[in-house]
Amino acid sequence: MTFEQWLYTLPLRLRSRFRRKQVDQELEDELRDHLEQQTKENLAAGMTPEEARYSALLALGGMTQIEQRCRDARGGNVIDDLVQDLRYGFRQLWRSRGFTLLAILCLTLGIGANTAVFSWIEGILFRPYPAVVHQERLFALAGTARGKAGPTPLSWPDFLDLQRSCTLCDAFFVSKITGSTLNVGERAEITRGSIVSANYFDAIGVHPVLGRGFEPGEDVGSDAHPVAVISYQLWRNRFKSDPQIVGKMQRLNNVPHTIIGVAPEGFYGTFVGWAMHFWVPASMEETFESGGYKLEDRGARWIESYVRLKPGVTRAQAQEEISAIAARLEANYPATNRGRAIRLWPLWQTPFNNAGTLLPTLEIMLAVVAFVLLIACANVGNLLLVRSFARRREMTVRLAIGASRRRLLKQLLTEGLILSTLGAAGGLLVANWCRHALVLLLPAHSGVAMYLPGEIDWRVMSLSAGICLIATLIVGLVPALQTRNLDVAGALKAESSGVVGARGTAWVRSGLVVFQVCLSFVLLVGAALLLQSLQKIRTASPGFSTTNVVQTGVSLISAGYDVPQAETFQKELMDRLRALPGVESAAFARVTPLGYGSYSSTPIAVDGYQPPPEEQTTVDYNQVSPDYFATLGIPLVSGREFTRTDDENAPLVAIVNQTMAARYWRDQDPIDRRLQVKGRWVRVIGVAADSKYESMRESPKPFFYVPLLQDFVRGPALYIRSAQPLQSISSALLREVDALDGNLALYETITLQEQVNRSTSPQLVAVTLVSILGGLALLLAAVGLYGVMSYAVAQSSREFGLRMALGAGTASMFRRVISGGLRLTAVGVLCGATAGLAFTRLFGTLLYNVTPRDPLAFGLALAVMTITSVVACLVPAWRATRTDPARVLRD
Amino acid sequence: MSKPSELVQGTLDMLVLKILALEPLNGWAVSQRLKQMSSDVLGVSDGSLYPALHKLEQRGWITARWKLSENNRRSKFYSLTQLGRKQLEKQAADWNRLSAAISGIVKLKEA
Repeated sequence: MTFEQWLYTLPLRLRSRFRRKQVDQELEDELRDHLEQQTKENLAAGMTPEEARYSALLALGGMTQIEQRCRDARGGNVIDDLVQDLRYGFRQLWRSRGFTLLAILCLTLGIGANTAVFSWIEGILFRPYPAVVHQERLFALAGTARGKAGPTPLSWPDFLDLQRSCTLCDAFFVSKITGSTLNVGERAEITRGSIVSANYFDAIGVHPVLGRGFEPGEDVGSDAHPVAVISYQLWRNRFKSDPQIVGKMQRLNNVPHTIIGVAPEGFYGTFVGWAMHFWVPASMEETFESGGYKLEDRGARWIESYVRLKPGVTRAQAQEEISAIAARLEANYPATNRGRAIRLWPLWQTPFNNAGTLLPTLEIMLAVVAFVLLIACANVGNLLLVRSFARRREMTVRLAIGASRRRLLKQLLTEGLILSTLGAAGGLLVANWCRHALVLLLPAHSGVAMYLPGEIDWRVMSLSAGICLIATLIVGLVPALQTRNLDVAGALKAESSGVVGARGTAWVRSGLVVFQVCLSFVLLVGAALLLQSLQKIRTASPGFSTTNVVQTGVSLISAGYDVPQAETFQKELMDRLRALPGVESAAFARVTPLGYGSYSSTPIAVDGYQPPPEEQTTVDYNQVSPDYFATLGIPLVSGREFTRTDDENAPLVAIVNQTMAARYWRDQDPIDRRLQVKGRWVRVIGVAADSKYESMRESPKPFFYVPLLQDFVRGPALYIRSAQPLQSISSALLREVDALDGNLALYETITLQEQVNRSTSPQLVAVTLVSILGGLALLLAAVGLYGVMSYAVAQSSREFGLRMALGAGTASMFRRVISGGLRLTAVGVLCGATAGLAFTRLFGTLLYNVTPRDPLAFGLALAVMTITSVVACLVPAWRATRTDPARVLRD
Repeated sequence: MSKPSELVQGTLDMLVLKILALEPLNGWAVSQRLKQMSSDVLGVSDGSLYPALHKLEQRGWITARWKLSENNRRSKFYSLTQLGRKQLEKQAADWNRLSAAISGIVKLKEA
């Protein structure tokens, strides 16, 4: 029957299944109608009424028979069979509740882990911004610089030029994360928000539920439009859902803003990792960002932006057009744009939020959960095999009384379907609980927890349904294969021999266990590699000391300090800190190493250094105060530190790192040489040792420092070196800041070790997840091994009894079982080691100073696997030693 | 003339489809039409007609509706579906090929 026919007659089938009475009644009516007409005809032909009726019935051939033949003509009903199978399956499963529970639990874990990871991938990578329209056409936009690894932000003028000239794109918009201390009523808290372009809400198709979004032109000017849209949550929680909120004033970073709108519920902005609670137009960037007015500075790269392509435009086409525009910008503005390109990134690779950070981890998780699912399926398959052996008699009887093998297969698949559907339902629950689980693994910043929700939508659901179907096939087919070996006559005759298909079963079951051991071994190796790499990355030296140094900051911009005020404040605070007992030194720096902020960068020139034509001479630098190197413990290789006399009135100076010295001055001493920074010549006064700047995993790169006093910023990060505990330093600091100005808020105070830990949190997430799932896989494999070994022991009780009767000791029985289990493990480990060599290459981007073939990791995995196998075999081995030879021989 | 004892397999289906292709009819009318059209040669018993009708309905070739007949009786009327029309064309073509081949053989002159 074709699919078309099947579809066409589906209502008919459903009707004959569920409206049986009515269908039967209609059949009867139809035949009676025929009889009556025939009788009438016969009467007209001159028969007596009696005769007429009889003759009509005779022609038809008897009501009941015809009815039955009509029902038969309707054929065997698929739905009938299904309902019957379901009913029977439920009964069977209910009868062996222990087995059913265990099987469902295995599948719940397997499917749940998969669904959870799918939901994270959906909610964090693929459709991270609920309520935003057409996310499938949304791309992140970032710049690249020749010779510099990694993406850079864009400048506002470049962004405007893109917006004007691109024809293949629907919308360009800016959304740059920022923060503010929000005081409403009694409570002050740090709140995340975005600096956005005026078209933001229109571009993403989000319409405020109260008030309005931004109007064109509100992103033009310097601090020109103090207006803000707030999130629904903020409105509800902090403003008590005030219906009159629009038009009210709220201070953000100490500047009064008019609240012009409330975003709809369920809209959390466009940043993976944090929920946004307010939005201000780009014209307010000075209030929220350091570095002054940047909207007309093509060299100031600070914005994070997105583009939505027109329908039907491919990424390659859009990239081509944008590259052409970038090339034009490069030609028109060589001073700021030389060597600069602009690139589109799919949302899941967005370089400036946590999507890019979590991508490698989630990729690996996909493979890992697939392993767990396979192991779980193997376990359930194994359980079903044991059961199918126990049900051998039932199957043979059914075959003997005429059931087709197809029908039996359908029955077994139906049972598998019931199990996997229940498992999938449980899995969805598990995934729902795990929706916000990722956040638990990541540290809160400034007391604000991250926001990384999983999303369970129809795509995730249908993937789970697909997995459920695959599981059904695997789980249902394993015992179905066994029915092939059924020998009807033999099984019915000699039930007690109990060896029908036993050899085949043992082989399949051992195979399944080897498969499980193999997969869990791979996961163990993966977990061991990641653990080792995490340990290495957390203990590796970043080039600065991580102990006895704390990092914090004072929010001066949000308190409304201007530059002279800030200069005075910073000088006074530094004096007070140095006078504190126990404080060895203290320093300021604009950007914290390994933090989220981006360094300043500049094209440089060096006397006597002719850059190769393709080489890019842009170098990152940081603005630091005197004592920075002493405080952070970065050794100076030669020359001197910055001092208080290196201020705006003194000659410009810089300190370069070793890599920079080696690259631009070759073997000569760079001290007292000239370096051109942003078009001005500065004198090199020192060479500092290399350290890590943006990530623990970066390789040494050129970098230099300039004095904070010669390139001033308000409210830089503050470092204090002291042997005292964090708590006492931070309270002392708070006292000193309070004494200077009671209205100032301190940033979070953390040790530099904590800073390193935060920058490596993706590694921690990966280790935790892979370890949890690896442990789960190990447990499942152990259960599988235990099952196979106990079954083998139960099957060979006769053999054990004989051996013992012939004088074998319990110790040798014990050894026999354990070594049997270890043999299976050994084969599994061997397969696992081979597969592992290929698989662990996937971990590449997450590993730090550990090769994917690290022998220690493989050794560790082997040890854990062996111990687990021995433990799993202990109970069956013990049971083997308890075999009673007398009883076995009697039976 | 003797009656063929059994209808060639599948021929009844085709005849019923053909009759219903002309107009929707109830079971009794189909049986009458069969008798008239084949001048009773085929001798389809009413007993085999109904199972055949139900089978065709189950395959989606014909569809049934309860309607009032001319003499105001509630009666089950069958009509051809789109699928049934295609099936009829296919069967008719098959039949024509088969019958042409067979009559060709039957007409061969014996040597």
